[in-house]
Amino acid sequence: MKRNPRDLVRYNASERANHWVVGICFILLALSGLAFFHPAFFPLTQLFGGGPWSRILHPYIGVVMALFFIVMACRFAKLNIVEPRDIDWLKNVNKMIDGDDHDMPEQGKYNGGQKLLFWGLVIGMALITITGVLMWRAWWNLPVGVVRAASVVHAIAAVWMIGLIIMHVYAAIWTRGTIRAMLYGTVTRAWAKQHHRGWYRKMTGDND
Amino acid sequence: MSSTMSLDIKRRSATTTPAPSARETHSGEVAKLIDVSKCIGCKACQTACMEWNDLRDEIGTAAAGVYDNPTDLTDQSWTVMRFTEYENEATGNLEWLIRKDGCMHCEDPGCLKACPSPGAIVQYSNGIVDFQQDQCVGCGYCVTGCPFNIPRISKKDHKAYKCTLCSDRVAVGREPACVKTCPTGAIMFGTKEAMKDQAAHRVVDLKNRGFDQAGLYDPQGVGGTHVMYVLHHADKPSLYKGLPDDPKISPMVALWKGVAKPLAMAALGAAAVGSLFHYITKGPNDVSKELEDEMERKDAEALNKESGK
Amino acid sequence: MTNHWVDIRNADVILIMGGNAAEAHPCGFKWVTEAKEHNNAHFMVVDPRFNRSASVADFYAPIRSGSDIVFLGGVINYLLTNDRIHHEYVKNYTDFTFIVREDFAFDEGIFSGYNPEKRTYDKSTWDYELGEDGFVKVDPTLQHPRCVYQWLKRHYASYTPEKVESICGTPKEKFLHVAEKLASTAEAGRVATIMYALGWTQHTTGAQMLRTGAMIQLLLGNIGIAGGGMNALRGHSNIQGLTDLGILSASLPGYLTLPNEAEQEYDKYIAARTPKALRPGQMNYWSNTPKFHVSLMKAWWGPAATAENNWAFDYLPKLDKQYDMLQVFDLMNQGKINGYIAQGFNPLAALANSNNVRNGLKKLKFLVVMDPLTTETSEFWKNHGEFNDVDSASIQTEVFRLPTTCFAEEDGAVVSSSRVLQWHWKAAEPPGEAKTDIAIMSALHLRLKKLYETEGGKFPDPITKLYWPYAQPAHPSSEEIAKEYNGRALVDLTDAEGKVIRKAGEQLAGFGEMRDDGSTLGGCWIWAGSWTSSGNQMARRDNSDPTGIGNTLNWAWAWPANRRVLYNRASCDREGKPFNPNRVLIKWNGKNWGGADVPDMGPTMPPETTNPFIMNPEGVARLFARKGMNEGPFPTHYEAFDNPLGYNPMYPKNKLAVINPAMRIFDSVKDSAGTAAEYPHVGTTYRLTEHFHYWTKHVHLNNIVQPEQFVEIGEALAKELGIETGQKVKVSSKRGFVKAAAVVTKRIKPMQIDGKTIHHVGVPIHWGFSSQGRKGYMANNLTASVGDGNSLTPESKTFLVKVEKA
Ligand SMILES: Nc1nc2c(c(=O)[nH]1)N[C@H]1C(S)=C(S)[C@@H](COP(=O)(O)OP(=O)(O)OC[C@H]3O[C@@H](n4cnc5c(=O)[nH]c(N)nc54)[C@H](O)[C@@H]3O)O[C@H]1N2
Ligand SMILES: Nc1nc2c(c(=O)[nH]1)N[C@H]1C(S)=C(S)[C@@H](COP(=O)(O)OP(=O)(O)OC[C@H]3O[C@@H](n4cnc5c(=O)[nH]c(N)nc54)[C@H](O)[C@@H]3O)O[C@H]1N2
Ligand code: HEM
Ligand code: HEM
Ligand code: SF4
Ligand code: SF4
Ligand code: SF4
Ligand code: SF4
Ligand code: SF4
Ligand SMILES: [Mo]
Repeated sequence: MKRNPRDLVRYNASERANHWVVGICFILLALSGLAFFHPAFFPLTQLFGGGPWSRILHPYIGVVMALFFIVMACRFAKLNIVEPRDIDWLKNVNKMIDGDDHDMPEQGKYNGGQKLLFWGLVIGMALITITGVLMWRAWWNLPVGVVRAASVVHAIAAVWMIGLIIMHVYAAIWTRGTIRAMLYGTVTRAWAKQHHRGWYRKMTGDND
Repeated sequence: MSSTMSLDIKRRSATTTPAPSARETHSGEVAKLIDVSKCIGCKACQTACMEWNDLRDEIGTAAAGVYDNPTDLTDQSWTVMRFTEYENEATGNLEWLIRKDGCMHCEDPGCLKACPSPGAIVQYSNGIVDFQQDQCVGCGYCVTGCPFNIPRISKKDHKAYKCTLCSDRVAVGREPACVKTCPTGAIMFGTKEAMKDQAAHRVVDLKNRGFDQAGLYDPQGVGGTHVMYVLHHADKPSLYKGLPDDPKISPMVALWKGVAKPLAMAALGAAAVGSLFHYITKGPNDVSKELEDEMERKDAEALNKESGK
Repeated sequence: MTNHWVDIRNADVILIMGGNAAEAHPCGFKWVTEAKEHNNAHFMVVDPRFNRSASVADFYAPIRSGSDIVFLGGVINYLLTNDRIHHEYVKNYTDFTFIVREDFAFDEGIFSGYNPEKRTYDKSTWDYELGEDGFVKVDPTLQHPRCVYQWLKRHYASYTPEKVESICGTPKEKFLHVAEKLASTAEAGRVATIMYALGWTQHTTGAQMLRTGAMIQLLLGNIGIAGGGMNALRGHSNIQGLTDLGILSASLPGYLTLPNEAEQEYDKYIAARTPKALRPGQMNYWSNTPKFHVSLMKAWWGPAATAENNWAFDYLPKLDKQYDMLQVFDLMNQGKINGYIAQGFNPLAALANSNNVRNGLKKLKFLVVMDPLTTETSEFWKNHGEFNDVDSASIQTEVFRLPTTCFAEEDGAVVSSSRVLQWHWKAAEPPGEAKTDIAIMSALHLRLKKLYETEGGKFPDPITKLYWPYAQPAHPSSEEIAKEYNGRALVDLTDAEGKVIRKAGEQLAGFGEMRDDGSTLGGCWIWAGSWTSSGNQMARRDNSDPTGIGNTLNWAWAWPANRRVLYNRASCDREGKPFNPNRVLIKWNGKNWGGADVPDMGPTMPPETTNPFIMNPEGVARLFARKGMNEGPFPTHYEAFDNPLGYNPMYPKNKLAVINPAMRIFDSVKDSAGTAAEYPHVGTTYRLTEHFHYWTKHVHLNNIVQPEQFVEIGEALAKELGIETGQKVKVSSKRGFVKAAAVVTKRIKPMQIDGKTIHHVGVPIHWGFSSQGRKGYMANNLTASVGDGNSLTPESKTFLVKVEKA
């Protein structure tokens, strides 16, 4: 597809790169983490060069992800402040799920769902980072009670995050024309007007 | 570590299918009985353990000001003696309680429950819980899972180590090295039944000697253990330098390695499958034809404007 | 041990006092746990520290180091005043009824015949009263004021429970508990054993401490009984073998003794060692001395020992004095010794007062160390910082180090405390240049022989004529030597009817076959029977125990005559009926003795007239030691050389009786005693189970389980001095100091001694500067070069120290 020069820029290159570092790290973490979480996934360790390598790499990847996530979260935090219109949107989320979002309340750059997801990820990431560090035996041996609690929280937070990211990714795929926003930065005006009208107006000054 | 070939396996870490278990220990499960009331803290057992298992810990110091040496279990010290000076107020007597610490070989082992690596921890049909270091990834979950604070991760190879109950010796019909060495007969080895009988006999003797609360330590919270103690004060195990009064797998660990697993798997599965079905039933969320057309129009307008210039 | 290790399981009451068997004899200690488990034994420990033995005891009582005679004398007093003694036994088998000479006396801690200048006794009054017939006078009614029973009662009357409490620091009730439990074994069906070691021997009154214990056992009828006895827990794996072989300066093999300077005549020498029976009809074993002596001389000098030269009597050195360790190092310090061979001995670490030892070694021209390991002694000249701060350049002693093998690198036998000679086989080849002790000593001997043969000398015969009949003269085999100890016939031996009982060259069956006419040879009479014509008895490994009493007569071989319990005749009454029918060692069946043990007298000697203590010419055991001991026939309390009181609380009025009036002390050390003002605490040294003396600090495993030097102090003293556990402290005595981590413990408690608070300070002995692990100070920096009045053992168990933060 030849790109339309009037497409709207949604993410600059640095934002996209940042997101994908986080995204790739997350996939690696989820794969290696799940390998430890449930025997069914243990073979996933082979992707990392076996069990010990998975155990060694996971936390370091985690640290990389955490750092990039912090940068990303700072970049997007302001845009994810929940406003009254987001609440309205959320109240009508059923319509969205039905794929019938043309008369949803008007949204800014991100809709209520995305914002919730954002904060859900921030919370999850905070928990997972802190607990992950606490349970990192290669570096320290904390009291077993602490490690136990950390392990439970880490696992729950991981499941939480994986769940959210499944939704996130699905939403990106489902909402046609979204992925390109994170791939090469632009979206069509039609996409913007349909999904993020407030942002569309702001970007284009087009108020009809 | 010993070979899993020589003994049959009852439980295997991170394995959801049955372990090879056609052969059973028909002669009964085994147990080591440590009679604390006979132990003189000579550490012959510690030394025998190091010799049989080819372990050599570092030479420590006396800075802790105690007889406990090494001061803790390590990957090189699978058993250590723990000394407690206890003033028994009831009798006015001083007691020097000496306990041989090491893996308890729990019937329901928290380490095995926690271990994520298939087969890194196995429980043989005779009850011995053994680590297979070649399968170990070094995550330390066993440490997190153990109610007795036993496994230690080596700084050198990052594998978990602990007492094997000399599974290699037991597999060929010998008693553990520490048992063989103990000069006072404070450590005994046999079937769990026989050891319980022996303990009962010892408890009667201790009660006759004024230890009314003497008893066997075979904590049911972990399904009983294959290393048991005869204690003079079975009502207060924690007197013996932190022997847990009522050990069980921590609720945290039970949650983490218990219900959490299937629930989480179900939730994640639901999210993934739900998404798929959503897509199948609802189809993609395309930009509406109306808008597409509107934008095409506007694009054209804009193009015209530009070319009109 | 009069009994043996396994036999401890037969005891009803066990007293460990003056030892710490759990720590120092863990394998043998098993039999204590067995007695508790299977015999419902009551187990008591009396020790200054609550030690590892106490950790599994039924009862523990503290005692001030060095005060045991007061405690034990108190027990004697208790038994006599409460009449808790085994009447039949003491009356028949001890000297209870014997009458003591009229001129024998005791006054305020000193016996008759004392010479304060020479610090020795003239012992002539220390004897029984003999009748016209040459036999001792007795009073079976025990009424005679001078009979041993009455003497005992008087002597120990002042050793009351109150005195025990104030002098030993043992609470009265605790003392009474121990006394009562011991007393419970005065009845025939019950028996107590006493296990002891250095906590009794390493005192200037050590030999008397154990004698007091033995007296208690006699009063209770516990000697010669299964589960009873006086059980010395020996040290080094083969230290029993060492004493058996007489490797002490005044001894000959088999507890024969060397002549002294005054004994230049063979007949007199022999007569003095061949007593006549003191009671009618007694066996009196030492009447056989000539047979043993001559056989020994034949073993040493072979054909050169003849009737004409009094069996080479002139070849034997005649002692001007005892050459014990204290003496030798005193002479060394005086510059009177040129060379010294330390063979398997580390005197710098082991002997009292290390500074004194080091100074002695510096004065030598040469020092030979035969040892498999590096020892402190072999490096005494090397600067090891504060651990051995010497100026090497100023030391002229030439040191030769000859690497030897260790026991596992050669065949041979080891004698255990049970008197069991057990053969072992070489397990490994010696490393590097190491040679066996036999090879080194043989080479030395052959060279000396050659020197004397070629160059002559003042009196070369003892060396040039030494009998050396071994297949390889440079390396006699252990088998050849063992066979020589056992002895063999040199000609056909015939009995009274002329029948040949032993062909020439055949191994003897026992010492009963030894002759005093030069027709037999035997290197150690008590070991005769260990390698007979039917082979090496020490290599037997049949542990069957048909009677269940634990004697296992076919496991290895015990001296004498494979007997497992000495004086076992005393386990039966006058008629030969066992006192305790449930634990029968031997009994008389009307014609002879038999049972689970080898009878300790002629197997057909009638019970009515045979007494059990055949090694005494009176046939009974001595409560009154006659001239046997140097400080008196009745054990009496004296304070240690370094003592916290400065007076003897038993005999406070007598300055002569403060310390042992006949202890081993040289002029050079008289002023080396510490005072309580400067050194207020009582120090004692002892072992840790994790180490063996000074050699296992070369072993990684031992260093792991016991890594670094420490001293033990009680919580009260630590609090007083502001010391935390693990903190470095300096412990000093009048002689030197050690610095080590403090182990602050509840197991050492302060004591009230005659109104004064006394703290003990415990110093384990195992450290030094030659180590593969952490270096440490030698415990003997602290001890004094004084010794027991009889055994001459240094007083390592009691001395004064002060403690301060390092
Ligand atoms: N592990 C180990 N075992 C050994 C040895 C070793 O070095 N290490 N050495 C061996 C040798 S050679 C020997 S001789 C034996 C020695 O064996 P033991 O004599 O049993 O050993 P020690 O530790 O020297 O002293 C024993 C006890 O005497 C106590 N004691 C000190 N003073 C007194 C006192 O006045 N009265 C009483 N009642 N007790 C007192 C001490 O507190 C200590 O508990 O051990 C042998 N066994
Ligand atoms: N303060 C204090 N001092 C004490 C004691 C105490 O309790 N307190 N205890 C005393 C007692 S009871 C004892 S027995 C002594 C021990 O004193 P030592 O006997 O001097 O001590 P060990 O370290 O046993 O020394 C024996 C040496 O023999 C060597 N050796 C081993 N096997 C062989 C062999 O086959 N041939 C030769 N040639 N050498 C061999 C060892 O390497 C070691 O160096 O210490 C005494 N000193
Ligand atoms: C700074 C970030 C992180 C750190 C330091 C960290 C650390 C750890 C550690 C130490 C473990 C134990 C296994 C091992 O030692 O390798 C672990 C397990 C795990 N981690 Fe992480 N992690 C981090 C982030 C994440 C993230 C973002 C996820 C999200 C998917 C994740 C998912 C998991 C899972 C599922 C497990 C297995 C948990 C279990 O078996 O209960 N981790 N993590
Ligand atoms: C791995 C697959 C992933 C894909 C395909 C993906 C895709 C996308 C897409 C298309 C967008 C743009 C949405 C929009 O502009 O409305 C986006 C935004 C975003 N993504 Fe992802 N993403 C992935 C993983 C992640 C992960 C692991 C995280 C963080 C843990 C993450 C955090 C975000 C955030 C914070 C935004 C901005 C939206 C907001 O702030 O609400 N993404 N992602
Ligand atoms: S060997 Fe036996 S007596 Fe010695 S410390 Fe171990 S359990 Fe206790
Ligand atoms: S004690 Fe700990 S390591 Fe041993 S079996 Fe039980 S849980 Fe596992
Ligand atoms: S460290 Fe090894 S044995 Fe322990 S839980 Fe992890 S994989 Fe299992
Ligand atoms: S059973 Fe074996 S591995 Fe365990 S402590 Fe004893 S000797 Fe060591
Ligand atoms: S040396 Fe060691 S093995 Fe031998 S008896 Fe003593 S403690 Fe036991
Ligand atoms: Mo000794």
